[in-house]
Amino acid sequence: MAEERVAVAVIGAGPAGLAAAAAMAERGLGPIIVLERETRSGGIPRHCVHSPFGLREFGRLATGPGYARRLVAMVRSLGVEIRTGTAVVALGPGGRLDLATPDGARSLGAERVLIATGVRETPRAARLLPGDRPAGILTTGAVQAMVHLSGLIPFRRPVILGTELVAFSALLTCRGAGIRPVAMVEPNLGTTARFPAGLLPRCLGVPLWLGTEITDIAGRDRVGQVTVRHRDGRTRTVAADGVLVTGGFVPAAELIRCSHLALDPGSQGPLVDQFGRCSDPVYFAAGNILHPVETAAWSFFEGRAIGGAITDDLAGRLPAAAGGIDIVRGDAVRYVVPQRLSGSDSRAPLPRLQLRADRPVAGTLTVRADGRPIWHRSCALVPERRLTIALADLPIPRGTRALRVGVDASTAVEERP
Amino acid sequence: MTGPRDGGHDGRYDVAVIGGGVVGCAVARRLTLAGADVILLEQAADILSGASKGNSALLHTGFDAPPGSLEHGCVRAGYAEYMEISDRLGLPLLETGAMVVAWTSEEAARLDRIVDQAHLNGIANVRRLSAAEVLTREPHLSQRVLGGVVVPDEHVIDPWSAPLAYLSQAVANGATVRTRTPVTAAAFDGREWTLQAPAGPVRAAAVVSCAGLFGDRVVALLLGHSPYGIRPRKGQFVVFDKAAARHLRTIVLPVPTDRTKGIVVTPTIFGNVLVGPTAEEQDDRRRATVDRPTLAHLQARAAEIVPALAGCPVTATYAGLRPATEHKDYQISVHPDRRLIDVGGIRSTGLTAALGIARHVLSLYQSFAGTHRAPADPVWPRVPNLAHHLPRAWQRPDAGEIVCHCELVTRGEIEAALTGPVPVPAGDLGGLKRRTRAMLGRCQGFYCSARLAELTHGRLAHDLAVATRGQAAGPAAAGPDAEASHG
Repeated sequence: MAEERVAVAVIGAGPAGLAAAAAMAERGLGPIIVLERETRSGGIPRHCVHSPFGLREFGRLATGPGYARRLVAMVRSLGVEIRTGTAVVALGPGGRLDLATPDGARSLGAERVLIATGVRETPRAARLLPGDRPAGILTTGAVQAMVHLSGLIPFRRPVILGTELVAFSALLTCRGAGIRPVAMVEPNLGTTARFPAGLLPRCLGVPLWLGTEITDIAGRDRVGQVTVRHRDGRTRTVAADGVLVTGGFVPAAELIRCSHLALDPGSQGPLVDQFGRCSDPVYFAAGNILHPVETAAWSFFEGRAIGGAITDDLAGRLPAAAGGIDIVRGDAVRYVVPQRLSGSDSRAPLPRLQLRADRPVAGTLTVRADGRPIWHRSCALVPERRLTIALADLPIPRGTRALRVGVDASTAVEERP
Repeated sequence: MTGPRDGGHDGRYDVAVIGGGVVGCAVARRLTLAGADVILLEQAADILSGASKGNSALLHTGFDAPPGSLEHGCVRAGYAEYMEISDRLGLPLLETGAMVVAWTSEEAARLDRIVDQAHLNGIANVRRLSAAEVLTREPHLSQRVLGGVVVPDEHVIDPWSAPLAYLSQAVANGATVRTRTPVTAAAFDGREWTLQAPAGPVRAAAVVSCAGLFGDRVVALLLGHSPYGIRPRKGQFVVFDKAAARHLRTIVLPVPTDRTKGIVVTPTIFGNVLVGPTAEEQDDRRRATVDRPTLAHLQARAAEIVPALAGCPVTATYAGLRPATEHKDYQISVHPDRRLIDVGGIRSTGLTAALGIARHVLSLYQSFAGTHRAPADPVWPRVPNLAHHLPRAWQRPDAGEIVCHCELVTRGEIEAALTGPVPVPAGDLGGLKRRTRAMLGRCQGFYCSARLAELTHGRLAHDLAVATRGQAAGPAAAGPDAEASHG
């Protein structure tokens, strides 16, 4: 069978991938195919029924599922094919993709490939959580898909682990499904999501145990009890039929890890330039695979912009990927995106350096060009908040080989009580 | 003794095998192929729920076994039979070879003795390697290596499909399996055993106990006393993502100590890299918990051996229990006057040795029971392939829906594991995972839990979900492609 060929293959039918596909189709690019491994397209918003979506994208508020439907309809109306039930299993040099389809193994050739596979939460195993491994230990994504897509109740009395924003979404899902969490547990002394998120468990009558770790999960077939240790050393064992493991978002970058593309150990996503272009310039990436984790709207606009860059690239209007400036993370910086600059175009799809701290820290955020400070700003960073530096604000000297972004004279910030 | 069976059954079996671990499965197969009418009794909802649930999945040559031991004989025989039958049963083999690697001068000093023992044990192709030779074979290994021993014939297998295939062949040739059937009492009347179980008594002319972690208790039930005590030895493991597989092709063994074979870093047949086990003695025979300091230690140890593993994500963690005893060797005994064979203390080599143990058990059985008329042309059912390096169901033109994307498990594979054609369907979620790999991948159910919960609803011992939401599922249940009913 002759290999199928397209102009652009988009991997992942979430906000970033669909917005990119639409942007490219609007500019006359084709054929474009969106490959989605799930049976329904729309991505994570499909099962986020609480959060407000779509205000900036469509000028009206929608639930996650409504937003997902709108995205899908928008792309379809432009004549773009979304092929569901089709998973990419390997990325090859030159844009050759190995696929798993309902009709078996296939391959597809694309002039450009956009990787928009998003993020997922860190599951129990990767967190090295202790105890037995029975049924009932689930991430927020799994719970929301069960409740909202399958109409199933995974547990009645779970312990919720984590206090990122998504944990509060999990709380609301629980409330809507008649699930009564035993407690919300957070190893740090403050909630990760900012005030007033911490008030929500109280309003719902769910105890919030800060400075508390899970030390045992016990149960043979299903979770039966959970033991926690508070910071003062006291332990407590509670009856629970589940553990809801929330947050700890990581890019779904397995395809990249197993491929020839370079991975950034900081973001755990692909290494890209300001056009979203990967180390193999046939490949681009957009959305949360670049930066765990931003909103659907962020991913949508980023997808649109990088879709535009792909269109430009196919028309020969993008600066060469070779050469360029490496962007290196310095002290206290967990990741910086993009990791490379090709040419000096500051109106690129990624017009800002996006960075996150690896710990709460205050000091002077400094950008150095080959060792010489070129920009600084005093800052107080917390890991859960993004910080951006506009590329246009950086007076990058001609001939610079590397930019280092780090916090100088940093002082560790006490955890919020 | 018994002639060919006509499909009818009077409720009396030639042999009752107690325990559905890898040893029980292999014994049931061997006795069935020898013409005996066999019933296998397993206390849990599925086979492989005890010691056989978690191991390092290696096919051992026996190069390091104590020479002349029963264990050594069974490992050699088991290895040979696995190689002989694996193709016919559809069982995979990842021909990795192994290297025993020395990291300290004390360890390096013991390498020659390992080669000598291997040669004594009849494994002639085991030989010393210099540090440079080790690194040529495994370039990603830490440069601190001081030397090694290569064992070309140590391989990696599928630790769950193998016993499933053994039992499937037993069932396809007439054996019976009863899960959720703990033996609570036993009586021997001089001719026949009556084993009490919750669903009623089972009568058999002979009993083979392969009760693993409960071996001493079951044999005490049968004999009135146990010649040994089981002392569960826990081993924790960390599984790295498939991306790690490019850093390792060979099983990397440490220089063993008296107490344990030590921590192994090995490719798995499923395309991952595995590090473990620990050796932790405990009293509990059921709980095999993991703990964070130990898992973190294993993760760090793996990165010391293969530095590139430092940046590799963890896919899974697990722990298994080995049924160790106060003795070093296997504890296999025959009691002809009671028509009883006890197979106890089968430690970490049991996966390899099981087929050899089964042959040994058959000869012990025939010593008091004589021979049956063996089926002239036994059936050889094939188990579905789960190995990463061989063709899988998702690659076929009739693949259909893929439910678990991390491990590329099709809906067809899940249906087959739940209802057949495998002769031994999954009894619980663990059994389904072991038969299909669903949920065993990197996302650990982030994507597929909901779909699996739907597909398995009401079909396993314990549902993934505790209830259904009924009509209150909300508009999202219709999916984004349907009309919006609000918002």
